[in-house]
Amino acid sequence: MLTQSAPIARETTQDNATPLALEAHGLVKRFDGTLAVDGVDLAVPQGAIYGVLGPNGAGKTTTLRMLLGIIDPDEGTRAVFGHEHPQDIARMVGYLPEERGLYPTMRCDEAIAFMGALRGMALGEARAKGRDLLETHGLGHAVERQIRQLSKGMAQTVQLLGTLVHEPRLVVLDEPFSGLDAINQGKLERMIQSLADEGTTVIFSTHVIHHAERLCDDVAIIAGGRVPYAGSVDAARDRIPAQVRLETRSHEGRWTDMLPADVRHDSRSNGTHMWYFPVPDAGVEALMRALIEGEAGVLSLSIERAGLHDAFVEIAGAAAARALEQSEQESAA
Amino acid sequence: MTDMSRLSVFQAAFVVARRDFFAILLSKAFLFFLLGPIFFGAISVGAGFLGAKAADSAAPPRLGVMLAPAENDAVTAAARTLSERIDLPELDTLDGSEPAQDVLGDDARNLGAVLTGSFAAPHLVGPREQIERWQGRVSVLLQQAGAPDAGAGGAFPDIALVETQSSMADTRNARTATATGGITLLFLLTMLLAGMVLSNLVEEKANKIIEILAASIPMDAVFMGKLFAMLAISVVGLAVWGVIGGAVLFLGSEALPALPEPGVGWPLFIVLFLVYFALAYLLIGSVFLTVGSMAATVRDVQTLSMPATILQLAVFFLSTFAMTDPGSTVELFAVVFPLSSPYAMLARAAQLEAVWPHLVAIAWQVVWVALFVKLGAMLFRRRVMKSGPSQPRGATGPKGARAA
Repeated sequence: MLTQSAPIARETTQDNATPLALEAHGLVKRFDGTLAVDGVDLAVPQGAIYGVLGPNGAGKTTTLRMLLGIIDPDEGTRAVFGHEHPQDIARMVGYLPEERGLYPTMRCDEAIAFMGALRGMALGEARAKGRDLLETHGLGHAVERQIRQLSKGMAQTVQLLGTLVHEPRLVVLDEPFSGLDAINQGKLERMIQSLADEGTTVIFSTHVIHHAERLCDDVAIIAGGRVPYAGSVDAARDRIPAQVRLETRSHEGRWTDMLPADVRHDSRSNGTHMWYFPVPDAGVEALMRALIEGEAGVLSLSIERAGLHDAFVEIAGAAAARALEQSEQESAA
Repeated sequence: MTDMSRLSVFQAAFVVARRDFFAILLSKAFLFFLLGPIFFGAISVGAGFLGAKAADSAAPPRLGVMLAPAENDAVTAAARTLSERIDLPELDTLDGSEPAQDVLGDDARNLGAVLTGSFAAPHLVGPREQIERWQGRVSVLLQQAGAPDAGAGGAFPDIALVETQSSMADTRNARTATATGGITLLFLLTMLLAGMVLSNLVEEKANKIIEILAASIPMDAVFMGKLFAMLAISVVGLAVWGVIGGAVLFLGSEALPALPEPGVGWPLFIVLFLVYFALAYLLIGSVFLTVGSMAATVRDVQTLSMPATILQLAVFFLSTFAMTDPGSTVELFAVVFPLSSPYAMLARAAQLEAVWPHLVAIAWQVVWVALFVKLGAMLFRRRVMKSGPSQPRGATGPKGARAA
């Protein structure tokens, strides 16, 4: 827990020896008296894919802006690759803001070159690299097109390539999947994975759980300006015990005595019965014997690990989970 | 890239300025900018009236009276008598210790012409236009002075006209016209450019580029880049106009009237015009950029830029008024006040010969440009790059999660 009232839950995938790409302690930001971010702590290992997960308005963008030095925190400290002033190492960082920005009349290669030049590349070198990147990502035909002539997905890809043209060691993407169709979301996921494979640290914010679940080694769950959990995805999921999911024809018999007291039972319209309960400490072998001997009519039995969504509900609370779902629905709409 | 630090302010400003420069140069806005002289021509008709008014109000030329002492007294008395009936110039009674030509050129006297000789053989010395204008009135004056009781039936003396090249009053009027033209041109150019730089920033905000810039380079560099890009654009525009204007002057030199020489001479005046133009633009451009940075929407920009526009107009009128009386308190205020200083000093360059005050003024204005840019960048960082929560705190608050 990252608030002042409770210690942070941090269960990272990395060992302590892994150097950090980014760390923050007690970041606080107020806007006109409104507390937007309230004591955020983060530690992002180098080479990780790190998700900042939370509903709209949770404080993700403000947190990322503080981490990158775009705005200064009112309290707290942050360091990127050990530098307390993130902009001092701007050439090591690539940033894709949530609100995409490109000059509409600029050509694609010039747009990428301009973004590279902002990060210290020579214009000619950045232009050549930009053309290569466009070719590599299937946009070779659009090199000389103006941004305004592109589809939204293509324009977003161009901006992402502009974010990467100077080969940053840390890439920060604010809601990168927002506004993309399923095909482009898949492409972006592969790009992020590819960056991580090359050793680049990637941090992205999202309000869509399955992106974080599929891609991230570690996540920070952010809600209401606080980070109640920061650590590995696996550790977050393991906070909720695995569940047995049993489907039977019968709902009576001595075998029901073997079920734990907190079992949840649903009768289905097709006459079958669903049973949900935590995995017994002794395992499911004894239960299986009782089911067979008691002629329970087992249709299926599986042990299901909790998903990140369940973990989010457990960690951030039902209200935050509802807000997250609402954000996802708004995004999809 | 081995150097991982970000670009310096000047390197980053260059990157921004280069992008803006070429983007504007290839835009329709630059075409309109090049058409500015036509706009200026229309405005200058109006400004001509203002200039004429200013020239008139800039201490009207006086008539020097250099006769025998008794005749001088008689002329003074006659002027008092006639002043209610006809429009006579103010008189300066002179003792005749200096030649008429010399007193006409005396900077301290502001004489349009000098009456010399005697009642019997009067001479009116001065520039042709001036002595022809005053000839009739001086004749009436002499008739009244020589035979005050004769009334309208008395004989009017013949006055010999002695033409000189110019008088100090002529020179002043001509320099005042030059100053008015210079200030008007400066005002129109700076307003045009400040408007363009504001539009440029608004476009930037609309395109959401600004956050990328803020993440990559120092905010001072964004300001400087935008300011200097527009300045470079204006230099291109001025060069185009200069070539066209030079060609017109070269081809039509015989037909065109001679331009009045400014106090510091044409070459230095042109240099000073360019310097004061750059500084005036940088000052007002900084104000406009700061206004633009604080505005969230185009409507906000329009609302917030109104006071800046009014301020610019006030500066123009202050400078135009102040130049009619160099050395006065108002003129000194206009010279010292940062936003009006370039205008007031340009007027001085047109009217007075001294060069050193311009060096001091330029240094003073450079300091203010630096302050304006710094302050603008600071306000930008504080006001623009902020993002409040879209929902009230607690709406998504993880109350249960606090214990997690």
